[in-house]
Amino acid sequence: MKITITRSDLDRIVEHALLERPDEACGLIAGTDNEDGIREIKKVYLLTNIDHTNEHFSIDPKEQLKAIKDMRANGLKPIGNWHSHPETPSRPSEEDKRLANDSKASYLILSLMEEGNPVLNAFHVESVNGEKEVRKEELIIKEDK
Amino acid sequence: MKITVAGEKKEFADGITVSELIELEQVETPQYVTVSVNEEFINAEDFETHKLSEGDEVEFLYFMGGGR
Repeated sequence: MKITITRSDLDRIVEHALLERPDEACGLIAGTDNEDGIREIKKVYLLTNIDHTNEHFSIDPKEQLKAIKDMRANGLKPIGNWHSHPETPSRPSEEDKRLANDSKASYLILSLMEEGNPVLNAFHVESVNGEKEVRKEELIIKEDK
Repeated sequence: MKITVAGEKKEFADGITVSELIELEQVETPQYVTVSVNEEFINAEDFETHKLSEGDEVEFLYFMGGGR
């Protein structure tokens, strides 16, 4: 799976995640699955981590509901979520895997562990024979026009 | 009666409960689903008794969380 994000949306995620430090930051991504097989992120939602810690995140369900309605109103579909790892690498933790229950979703993880070098990766998580299997998706950053 | 489920108007038997709707809609991993009716969240312990009414707007949301 290839997934695209615009530079400006990436910058918004990074800026929000930096502001939320030391807590994890989170949100949703919306877009389209194009005929060429490329998943295109067209809107990112910066939502509240109701856990307010650097170890966990839970997206505020009220904001989630509002975002879903906004996606529908704009002809977009929910394609996954994003969250930050303020102190750890950009890869799904055991808890991330355990709580990733949508095999159609893309899970974006932003690592802020290296100052000045935010790293964003996208993952697909699927249950196979009771085990969570993780595949990295090819994330393409599109420069804004 | 007509109920809007995830933005789509559908016909259901009168007085169905949230639990019955979850089953009819074949909601995946229902143990992780949060349900809102007319933008009010329904407690999971009330799914079996909460009856839906004509014109209700229902959304199924999946808990989204994780950790480092």
